[in-house]
Amino acid sequence: MLAESLFILLGTVSVVAALGMLIARNPVTSALWLILTLFCVAGLYLTLSAEFIAVVQVLVYAGAIMVLFLFVIMLLNLGALPQLEKMDWKKALGFVLCVIVLSQLVFIVATSLQLMPATATVAEDAGAATTIAKTLFTRHMLDFEMIGVLLLVATVGALMLAKRKFA
Amino acid sequence: MEIALSWYLGLSAVLFAIGVAGVLFRSNLIIILMSVELMLNAVNITLVALSQYMGEVSGQILVFFVMSVAAAEAAIGLAIVIAIFRNKLTVDVNNINLFKW
Repeated sequence: MLAESLFILLGTVSVVAALGMLIARNPVTSALWLILTLFCVAGLYLTLSAEFIAVVQVLVYAGAIMVLFLFVIMLLNLGALPQLEKMDWKKALGFVLCVIVLSQLVFIVATSLQLMPATATVAEDAGAATTIAKTLFTRHMLDFEMIGVLLLVATVGALMLAKRKFA
Repeated sequence: MEIALSWYLGLSAVLFAIGVAGVLFRSNLIIILMSVELMLNAVNITLVALSQYMGEVSGQILVFFVMSVAAAEAAIGLAIVIAIFRNKLTVDVNNINLFKW
C-alpha cells in the first residue's frame, strides 16, 4: 500500500514536471522542471529497489548533465520567448504524430499484459552495486571499456567544436 | 513488489510521448536537447522495471551505458549549440535552416 501510494505520487509529480518543462517559456524554468522530473525518476528507481541506478541518476543526470544545460543557458543569456508560437499545419501534424506515438506505446503495453510476470520475485541485492559490478566487469568488460573510449572521443569532439573558429 | 509492471511501462510511455511533443513543438534548440534527455529517461524506466521483474541484471547495465551515452550526447550537443550561437546569434531552429529544402 505504501509502495503504491509512493509510486502514484512520484509518477504524478514526474509527469506534471515534464509537462511544465514542455510549456515553460523561459529556458531556465524549463531546465528546473526537468531536474524535478529526473529526481522523481530516481525515486521510481528506488521503488524498484535499483539503488545503484538511482544514485547514478541523481549524480549524472540531475547533477552533471543538468548543470551543463543550465550553464549553457546562462552563458548564452537567453531570455524568455515573448509569445506563444502560432499554430500552423506543422504544429498540428506534430500533435497528431505525438498522439500516434503515445497510443502505439499504450497499445503495446495493453496487448502484452498477459505476457508480463504477475508477481516479481526481486532478490534482496538485485539493484546493489556489487551485483551490477559482478556482471559489468566480467560479461560486459569490453562494453565498459568502449564507453570509456566513447567519453574520451566526446570530450575531444566537444573541445574541437568549442575552440574552432567558424568562418 | 506490489506494483504491477504495466504501471511502470505506462508511465514510461507517457513520459516518452511528452519528450516527443517537446522535440516536435518547441523551437528552442536547448529545450529540444532536454526533451531528448527526457525520452532517454523514459526508456531507462522501462529497462530498469523489466530488469527487476525478470530477475536479470543486464537491463540495469544497459541503463548505465545509456546514461554514459547521454552524457556524451549532452556535451557534444551543447558544444554544437554554442558553435551555432556564435555564428547566428540565435538558438531558434526556425532560423537555423541551412540544410532545409
